[in-house]
Amino acid sequence: MADRVGIVGIYQTKYEPRKIFDSYPELVFEASSKVLEEAGLTIEDMDQVVTNSQDFWDGRTISNRTVSEACGSVLRAESKVAMDGSFAVFYAAMRILSGCYDSCLLVSHCKMSEGSPHLINNAMFDPLYQRILGFDELSTCALQAKRYLYKYNVTEEQCAKVSVKNLKNGRLNPYPHRAMKVTVDQVMRSTKLADPIKELDAYPGTDGACAMVLANEDKARKWAPNPVWISGMASRLDSFYLGDRDLAEVASLELAARKAYQMAGIINPRKEIDLVELSDFYSYQELLWLEGMGFCRRGEGGKIVDKGITELDGELPVNASGGILSGNPVTVAGVVRVAEAALQLMGKAGEHQVEGAKKALAQGHCGPCGQGQCVIILERGV
Amino acid sequence: MARRSKRNVAIVATGQTDHRSKRPDVNIVEMINEAVRRCLADANMTMEEVDAVVIGNMEHFEGIFFTEMWSVDGAGSFLKHGMKITTGGTTGSSLAQAGYYHVASGLFDTVMTIGWEKQSEGETTAGLIFQADPLWERATMSGAIGSFAASATTYMDKYGISEEQAARVAVKNRKNAMNNPHAHLKMDLTVEQVLKSKMLAYPIKMLDMCPTSDGACAMIFASEAKAKKTCQNPAWVIAGVTRHDQPFSTDLEMLMNLRTLRSATEEAYKIAGIKEPLRDLDVVELYEPCTFAELSWYGAANFCDPAEAGKLMDSGATQMDGELPVNPSGGVLSTNCIGATAMIRVAEAAIQVMGKGGKRQVPNVKQAMATGFGGSWWSDVMILSKTP
Repeated sequence: MADRVGIVGIYQTKYEPRKIFDSYPELVFEASSKVLEEAGLTIEDMDQVVTNSQDFWDGRTISNRTVSEACGSVLRAESKVAMDGSFAVFYAAMRILSGCYDSCLLVSHCKMSEGSPHLINNAMFDPLYQRILGFDELSTCALQAKRYLYKYNVTEEQCAKVSVKNLKNGRLNPYPHRAMKVTVDQVMRSTKLADPIKELDAYPGTDGACAMVLANEDKARKWAPNPVWISGMASRLDSFYLGDRDLAEVASLELAARKAYQMAGIINPRKEIDLVELSDFYSYQELLWLEGMGFCRRGEGGKIVDKGITELDGELPVNASGGILSGNPVTVAGVVRVAEAALQLMGKAGEHQVEGAKKALAQGHCGPCGQGQCVIILERGV
Repeated sequence: MARRSKRNVAIVATGQTDHRSKRPDVNIVEMINEAVRRCLADANMTMEEVDAVVIGNMEHFEGIFFTEMWSVDGAGSFLKHGMKITTGGTTGSSLAQAGYYHVASGLFDTVMTIGWEKQSEGETTAGLIFQADPLWERATMSGAIGSFAASATTYMDKYGISEEQAARVAVKNRKNAMNNPHAHLKMDLTVEQVLKSKMLAYPIKMLDMCPTSDGACAMIFASEAKAKKTCQNPAWVIAGVTRHDQPFSTDLEMLMNLRTLRSATEEAYKIAGIKEPLRDLDVVELYEPCTFAELSWYGAANFCDPAEAGKLMDSGATQMDGELPVNPSGGVLSTNCIGATAMIRVAEAAIQVMGKGGKRQVPNVKQAMATGFGGSWWSDVMILSKTP
C-alpha cells in the first residue's frame, strides 16, 4: 500500500451475555467517548464517523440513526457498514486513503440478547427455497463442519482442542465473558447443538461495543507514540448458494489473503506473521480459515492444532485474546479481531501479550458459511 | 471537514431498470442484474473489468438480511471485493460516495455501485416505522407522509408558501419524467389536478408525494487512467459531502431549511469553488420526497433566500429551460425505489454531464449537483464536472 493508515486508539466495552442496564446507544456512547478520551482526543478531532451494525440485530430500520448523538455524528459525515466489523475497518481505512478525510472514529455495536439468532440468521437465506428448511447460521455451519471433517479426516477432538485453547486464552483477557478452563472431554460432552457442533464449539450470545480511532500517517504519528499501521487489506465474496461451493474449502478467503499478503509484501505468511486473530464463531472455522489463509495445506488444520503451533506460546499464536468463542457479539467480532491484533502490536495486550509481535493478521467473515471474507494485515509502528 | 480526493475519480457509466410500481416478472436478483447489464453495456465493459461491487438497500423493506451476499449472482460480485453500505434514504448516495472512496483510495481502478429496492415485495410504511424508538416515538410514528405534513404546514406558515406553488413542483417534475425512459410516473398534470388529488395528510395530497417503486440503479466509478481509456465524456467527481443529524424528529426543524443540506452544500460549494450556485451549477438532481421539500431545499441549498423559494418556483428558473433546471429526470416524485433513489440522483446528474440525457438533456452542462435525503433528516451532496 502506497499510503498508510494508522490505528491510534481502541476501546472495548466488557462483553456480557445480557447488558440489561445499557441500551445500544449507551454502549456506543461508552465506546466512542472512551476511545477518544483515552487517546487524548475529542470528537472535534474526528473528520468523520463510520458505524457498524445490523438493522436486523437492532430491530430498527436505519439503525445508525439511533446512535448519531452517541457517536457524535450530528452535523458530521457518517456512514454505516452493515457487514462483519472487519469490513467496516476496511471501509474506514479506505475513506482515509482517499485523501478526503484525515481521521475516522469507527464504532461497532450489537446486543444479541435483544434478538432471536435463529429468526435473524434464517433471514439471510433465500426466502423461497432455503428459509423453509429452517436454515440458520448454526445449522448451515454444522453442514460445513460435517463436510470439512469428512473430506479431510479432521476429528471432532481436533476442533474441541481449538475451544480448549481459545477459552483458556480468554481467561487472560478482561473483556470476554465465557473464558474458562475446559478439557477436550468436556467440550466433547457439552450439549449437542447441531451435529458435529456442540455448545462449547459455538460462540455464546453476547452484548457489547468496540470503537477505534484511525488516522492518516501525519495525524497518527502526532496522536500516538506507537500507532499500528494497516499494511494490507482485501476482501472477497464467494457464491451465495451452499450447493455452489465445496464447503470444505474457502475460495474467497484464499483470494482475499493472497491479495492482502501481496499488498503487505508478505511471501511466507507462516514465517512472517507473528500472530493471528481470526473469526472463530465455531471451533472448526479456526482450522478451515487457517488453511484458507495459507498457514498450512488444505486439510492440515487439525495437525496444526495437535502440534500446539497455535497456542499462546506456540510458533503462531491464534486468538490469543480468546477469540469469539470466549464471547464477542456478531458484527462487532470483526472489529475486535483487528483491535486485539493491534493491541498486541502496541504491546498493550496485558496478560495475553505475545512478546515481540511485529506483524499480525486479523480476519473476519459474514454471510452463510463464511461466504464473504476480509483479511487485514497490521504492522507495528516504525 | 471533507476535502477533494487525492486521486481523480470519474463516473463512466450508469444503468437503470425501467422503474415501475410492481415488477412481478423478475425477482430481486434478476432486477439487480438488469441494471448491472445496462450499466456494463453503457460502459462497453464486461464484469471481468470491474474490481469491486458496493451494494445497498433498506433491509427491512423486503426482509432480506445480507443483501450483498444474497445478490452475488446478479450483482456480478462473485470472487470480487464486495461491500454493503446502508443509510436509509441516503443509501444510494452513500453508495455513490463509497464508489468514489473505493477508487480514490488507490485500491481499486473500476468499482460498480448498485442501489435497489423492490417495494412491491414489502411494506414500506411498516419498515419505516421500525426506525422510530420503540418506547418514545414508535406509537406516534406514521411513516413518511405524517412527518412531511407536519413540517410542511410550519414551512407554509413561516414563509407564506402556497399549496399552488408546491403543486407546480409536481407538475414540473412529472412532466420532465415524460422525457425519461426509466421514470415510473410520467404525467402531464395541471396545478388544479394536483390540488384536487386525494388528501393524505394536510397539506400533502397524493400528487404531492413520491411513489413507491421497484427498480435498481448501477454505476461505474473509475480511476483517471481507466476513465480516460474507456469513456469519451466521463463525469468527474469534484466533491462528496455527508451530514447526519440527531435521532429524534422532535429535536429537528425537519423539512424547513434543512440544516444538514445547508451545511453539506456549503462545504461542497467550497470544495468545488462555487460561489453562486444558481449561476455556477448547470443542473441539479435534488432528492425531493414531496413537493414542499423541493421548494424548501432551494433555500437550504442556497439557490435563493429561504423565504423566496416559492418565488423562484414561480419564476420558472428551475424548469427545463430555466436558469438552473432541477430534476430533469422527473426526480423522486416520479421514481422512488428507495435504496436506488439517491443513487439515481447521482446517476442522472452524471448522465447530464456526460451528455447522454437524450430528450431530458440540458444543453451545455459543465457542472451538476446531486443530493440525497434520508435517515433522520440527513443529507448527501455530490458535485460532478465535465473537467477533472
